Order: sequence, then C-alpha cells, then structure tokens
Amino acid sequence: MHKADNSALKIVVLVKYVPDTQFDRHLTANSHTVDRSESILSELDEYAIEAALQLIEARGGAKAGNTVTALTVGPAAAVNAVKKALQLGATDGVHVTDEALAGSDASGTSLVLAAAIRSLGPVDLVLTGMASTDGETSLVPAQLAERLGLAQLTFAASLEVDGGVVTARRDDGQESETVQAQLPALVSVTDQINEPRYPNFKGIIAAKKKKVAELALSDLGLDPGQVGRTGAWTTVLSAEARPPRGQGTIITDEGDAGIKLVDFLASRKLL
Amino acid sequence: MAGTAKILVFIDSPDGPLHKVQRELLTLAGTLGEPAAAVSSPPDEALLAELAGYGAATVYQPAAQLEDSLVAPNAAFLANVVREAAPAAVLLENSYEGKETAARLGIKLSSGVVTDAIAVAPDLSVTKSVLAGAYTVVAKVTTGTPLITVKANSIEAAAGTGTGMPVVVEVDPGEPGPAARVTERSAKPASGRPDLGEARVVVAGGRGVNGDFGPIEELADALGGAVGASRAATDAGWIDHSAQVGQTGKTVSPQLYISAGISGAIQQKAGMQTAQVIVAVNKDADSPVFEIADFGVVGDLFQVLPQAAGEIRKRKG
Ligand SMILES: Cc1cc2nc3c(=O)[nH]c(=O)nc-3n(C[C@H](O)[C@H](O)[C@H](O)COP(=O)(O)OP(=O)(O)OC[C@H]3O[C@@H](n4cnc5c(N)ncnc54)[C@H](O)[C@@H]3O)c2cc1C
Repeated sequence: MHKADNSALKIVVLVKYVPDTQFDRHLTANSHTVDRSESILSELDEYAIEAALQLIEARGGAKAGNTVTALTVGPAAAVNAVKKALQLGATDGVHVTDEALAGSDASGTSLVLAAAIRSLGPVDLVLTGMASTDGETSLVPAQLAERLGLAQLTFAASLEVDGGVVTARRDDGQESETVQAQLPALVSVTDQINEPRYPNFKGIIAAKKKKVAELALSDLGLDPGQVGRTGAWTTVLSAEARPPRGQGTIITDEGDAGIKLVDFLASRKLL
Repeated sequence: MAGTAKILVFIDSPDGPLHKVQRELLTLAGTLGEPAAAVSSPPDEALLAELAGYGAATVYQPAAQLEDSLVAPNAAFLANVVREAAPAAVLLENSYEGKETAARLGIKLSSGVVTDAIAVAPDLSVTKSVLAGAYTVVAKVTTGTPLITVKANSIEAAAGTGTGMPVVVEVDPGEPGPAARVTERSAKPASGRPDLGEARVVVAGGRGVNGDFGPIEELADALGGAVGASRAATDAGWIDHSAQVGQTGKTVSPQLYISAGISGAIQQKAGMQTAQVIVAVNKDADSPVFEIADFGVVGDLFQVLPQAAGEIRKRKG
C-alpha cells in the first residue's frame, strides 16, 4: 500500500456520536453506560474531519479521486455523526450498527473499527480525534493502530503528507517532537491543528446525495460474542454521581481579599 | 495487604533518579503485591538501588536498545516482559505514552485496560472519575492481565526498607512493527516549578490576565505550585500550550487549584474540577467558575493575587 508519489489519497476519519458536553451528562442506573440522548458529533472529531478535508483539497479534492470516508460504530442515531461529516465535505460514510454492540469497551470498538476499515480495501490514512469527549481514554486510536499493524502518530498538533511520508508535530509537555512514518498510518489530531469549518448550505444539500453504507457485525465476519458487554475485557462494578461541590464562600474584594484568601488557605492547612 | 503476586511497574526512559509518578507507581505496587520493574533502557547502579528501595526484587531490561519510536517499541518489549514475569497486574503512567502503551499491550496480550486510576484496591478493582468528573466509578479488568494507568498524586510515594540489589533480567525487545520515528526533539526551557500534572498546588490564569502571567507566577512561586492556563490564554500565545488545563489540555487533581481570570467553561472544568480545594478570583460575580469554588473572590486579579503572594511570603517569613 506504499505511496511513493502524491497520487489520490484514501482517508478514513473516525467519528463518534457523543452526549453534548454543554449539558449535564449521565450514566444509566442499571448498566453504567453513558446516556446518549442529546448527542452530537464529538467536537474533537471535527478537527480530524477538517484535517482530512484540508489534505484532499490540497490534492484537487474528490474530483481528483481523493476520498474521505466517515466511519462510525454505534446505535441507529449515531449515523448523525456521519451525516454531519458528509455535510462538512466527507465523500462517503460507513455506519456499523448492531444490537450486540451495546456496552463495548475500547477493545471491542477497535475490533469492529479494524474490520470495517479492512472491508474498505487499501487505505492511506486513518484520522481520529485525540479522545472521545465521553470515554476520554484515548485508547481506541492506539488499539486500532495495533490491530491494523499501522504506525501511529497520535496527538498531532500539525500534519503533513508528502511523497508517501506523513510528518506530525506533537507537544508532550516537557518537549516538542517531530514524528514521521510511511503511509499507511494512523494519526490522531488535537484541537491545536486547525480551526474546523461549519457546514454551509451547499454542503448540506450535497450531503443528501452521498452514500452511507450500513453494516452489521455479520457483514464484517464478526461474532456477537466478541463485542458488547459479553466481549468486553473490562467491566464497571459501580458508579456514583459526584456529590455537587458544597456552596463555597464568595466574597467581594474590599481591599483586603488577598489577605482573606490566605486566611482561607491557612484554615484548610494549604500553606 | 501485600500478597506475593508480582505487580509490574513500567519505568519509561529513565534519565537519572525516578520521577515522582514512578515512585508513586512503585509504592502502589507495594500495596498490591511484590513490585517488579520493567525499564525501557538499562538502569544504572543508582537507579537499581532506588528501585531496590521501593521493594523491586526483579528488574526487566531490554536485551537490545529499543527504537526511538512512538509507543510500539515499548508495547512490544512489555508484552515480552509480561510473558516472562507473569505479573498479576501492570501499572503505567497516565501520560499519552503510558495510556497508549497500555492500549497496544492490551491488544497484544488480549488484556483489558483501565486508564485514569485514582486508586487501585487489593482485588485490583480501580477507582476513576468519568464524564469530566461528574461520576466516580469502580471498574475492573475481566480478561487477561489487568493493565492500569494511574494518575499522579493517587498515593503518597514512600520508599520502603528495600533489601539487596534487584536481579536484572534481560528480555528480548520483540518486534514493534511499523512505528513513527521521532526525527526531532526540542526540550522546553525548564521553569524550575513542579510539573503541572504532578503539582499539589496549581495557580491558573485565563483571558483575564490580559497577556501578563506575572501575578499568576508570583502566587504559584509563593505556594511552591505549578502554573496552569485556560485555552484562551494559551491560544493567545501568552504562555506555552503545555500549561493548558482542560478537556484538551492536562487533567489535574491537585490539593489546591487557584483559578484567576478564567470564566470556568465546561472544557476548562473538565480538567480541574476533581481538585480537592478550588479558589477562584474573577471580577465578574456571575462567572460560572464561582459555582465550583470553595472560596471565591469577586475582584481584580491584579490586586488580589499580589496581595495574597505578599501575605504568604510574610507568614512563611
Ligand atoms: C474542542 C474544544 C476544546 C477546548 N478545550 C479547552 C481546554 O482544554 N481548556 C480550556 O480552558 N478551555 C478549552 N476550550 C475553550 C473554552 O470553551 C473557553 O473558551 C475557555 O476556557 C475560556 O477561557 P477563559 O476562561 O480564560 O476566557 P473567558 O471565557 O473570556 O473568561 C475570562 C474571564 O476573566 C475574567 N476577568 C477579566 N479580567 C479580569 C481581571 N482583571 N481580574 C479578574 N478576572 C478577570 C472575566 O470576568 C472572565 O470571566 C475548548 C473549546 C473547544 C471548542
């Protein structure tokens, strides 16, 4: 699958349908899974979609044979994440959905994503967000790279593809690194990489004509026992809503608030 | 209750004495069983002695140097160590590299991973907070060797009375497969302050500092703390991106978080609302940050912070 030249790119972008972080989010009482009403495309995936679109636009876009496939695994409503990606400019979509998937952990999700990507034939680049805003573990990109045998360039704050080589810059706190790999590769991007676009009217109309393939586990040769709660390698034993922080003391500065602040710290033995 | 099962701690790129988080991991391992260490490059005598102090009887090192690539070489090496040592669990740092090493190792070993641990019980169940701190859950690995990434400050590091030097075992580094090579590294200038992710005190500034982190740094130094920031402040270029606290920055759980000139957007809260004590200074009384503050000052940070820093220096005298 090596690309020695700058011919058309085939990109898969992972998108996830997650509860909107602007509202209070809940775990369901019985299964400790995330309540998915009030969901949207994960805002961190918008950066991955934007990165994919910029890469293909620099190569003549879809007309030149470049593709950006938006892929999601999730319940029926999760197709909305794919549709949003199509409105933004992705060329087609894949939605893997199956009753058996409920309660999957990162291992199960990465298994299904890997099978779905293999079903698409050779791919140059798999792009993801830096984490999902609900699971927040950042495990799936690395597990997917392991399953597909791809080099991973994660937490990319910049990204370039040239002559079959992908280069990214990542910021690791103590140092900043430049990392490089041959295509095909998996790249996760941070919110530092770009400014995601909004869908425009033309994009929304065009999206209606784009294809979304709906796949079940059997289409991917997977067994229901490998995924969902049964196939998970981890389980949640109990969940407790964090008690709301008690109402604190709020004062208005009358010239001595700095002293009062220090009194407070001293009272809590924080000096 | 220390059992006899081995608890393997991964020590990534040792470069001198153990880091605080690494000492915490070893201490935690000692509460769960018999600590053992896997180091990604050969330890020197001083490091071996330090590991011995934390009760590590066995240290696994790669038989050949690992490639300078992201994640994959660490995961391949650790998979072989786990096969050799058959530990009851593996503990790793909760950094990007730590989580992703655990992630790939999990696939190699068909083992479950739990990230962001704040406590690990003797039965290896893990306490962590989810949904940006809205819930605390207890999770457990049900398949394979539990792979657990542990947050900083989850336990007080305490060296035991280690006896004798550890046995060093060389392990085949394995085949990492395709990996991204690190072609360039540029270290950031050291600030002399504690690491943001590990600090007991964090003083953070936002758009309200208006380009001047002076008052934030002054208060942080008076308290021996680290400096944090909102994305508005890092995006403006007033401070390095590595100082960002929040959903897409660092998640911190210090004993004290002082927020100044930060409104308290949901993405900021995601990174700091598990702090034990939160103090907010903001000139807008309606700012959402006051909803989560244990102590709040409606006022100008340029007045309040220097006054507080001066008072602390006076009292510490
Ligand atoms: C995908 C995504 C990810 C994000 N990730 C993060 C993240 O990780 N971390 C993060 O912080 N944000 C993040 N954000 C941004 C977040 O939504 C807010 O925009 C940001 O936190 C606002 O920063 P701020 O509070 O400093 O600025 P503002 O919201 O502008 O607030 C400034 C505050 O300073 C106060 N102020 C002004 N002058 C003074 C003064 N002299 N003294 C005292 N108070 C004063 C004002 O009253 C105001 O409350 C993210 C956004 C998105 C979309």
